[in-house]
Amino acid sequence: MIEGIGVTDILVVSTAMFFVGVFGFLVRKNLITLLMSIELILNSVNINFVVFNKYLYPDMLQGYMFSLFSIGIAAAEAAIAIAIILNVFRRMSGINSDQVNTMKY
Amino acid sequence: MERLIFYMLAAVILIFSVLTVTSRKILRAAVYLLFVLVATAGFYFFLEYNFLAAVQLTVYSGGIVVLIIFAVLLTAHLDHKLEPIRLGRGVLSGLLATVGAGVVIYAIRSYDFQPSSAEPIDFSIEMIGTKLLSYGDYGYVLPFEVISVLLVAAMIAAIIIAKRSISND
Repeated sequence: MIEGIGVTDILVVSTAMFFVGVFGFLVRKNLITLLMSIELILNSVNINFVVFNKYLYPDMLQGYMFSLFSIGIAAAEAAIAIAIILNVFRRMSGINSDQVNTMKY
Repeated sequence: MERLIFYMLAAVILIFSVLTVTSRKILRAAVYLLFVLVATAGFYFFLEYNFLAAVQLTVYSGGIVVLIIFAVLLTAHLDHKLEPIRLGRGVLSGLLATVGAGVVIYAIRSYDFQPSSAEPIDFSIEMIGTKLLSYGDYGYVLPFEVISVLLVAAMIAAIIIAKRSISND
């Protein structure tokens, strides 16, 4: 536990990070930038799990384990996403999300 | 002293996450994302979750950022600049994000969190390994096995997705 820092302070930081990720997801069109915004969002959620575990239930380890597994799933997700992005880049002209609409309708 | 370091880490996280989504050079955005992830690992070290911080450093900043940088190098020229954010879309998204953050921060600040004074358990690597493979109470062997299957599936899927386009062309 950090001396002088409450659970609220860390939650405010992670909330700001989450909504910066949401902002990036809404304004960008490049698929890799969208992936980076998703990583920001996932990362802020991991901070939340860890902080709740540390401050509110220090005698348990659910939050710790959940963020451990969440990091693993984020790695798998990034690998798949980048494989798909590279494939889209080879088949189409670019990797902007408004160009990738073959399967849309 | 600890407060000072906390505020520095928080400032690094906030500044560089904003730069990540607003930077027009995509390689720089990836490096800013790396700074954000390292500062998050600093948070974990601060909370004395050393193993989790090490996992964050190796998997996130070591693995995912390198993967993203490879993808950037394979798909874009280095001097390629992203298109600037359109004004209407930027204002609308900024408004949405600000309102959302305001609502959530208001809810967090008005809720009275009661920090527990229970005796913290010892987060040694030995204990984590035992818990990951134990099937008693609070054992995590089922998610451990499921995530190992998931990682194998993701690995095979990534290979197949990346391979098929070569044979088709």
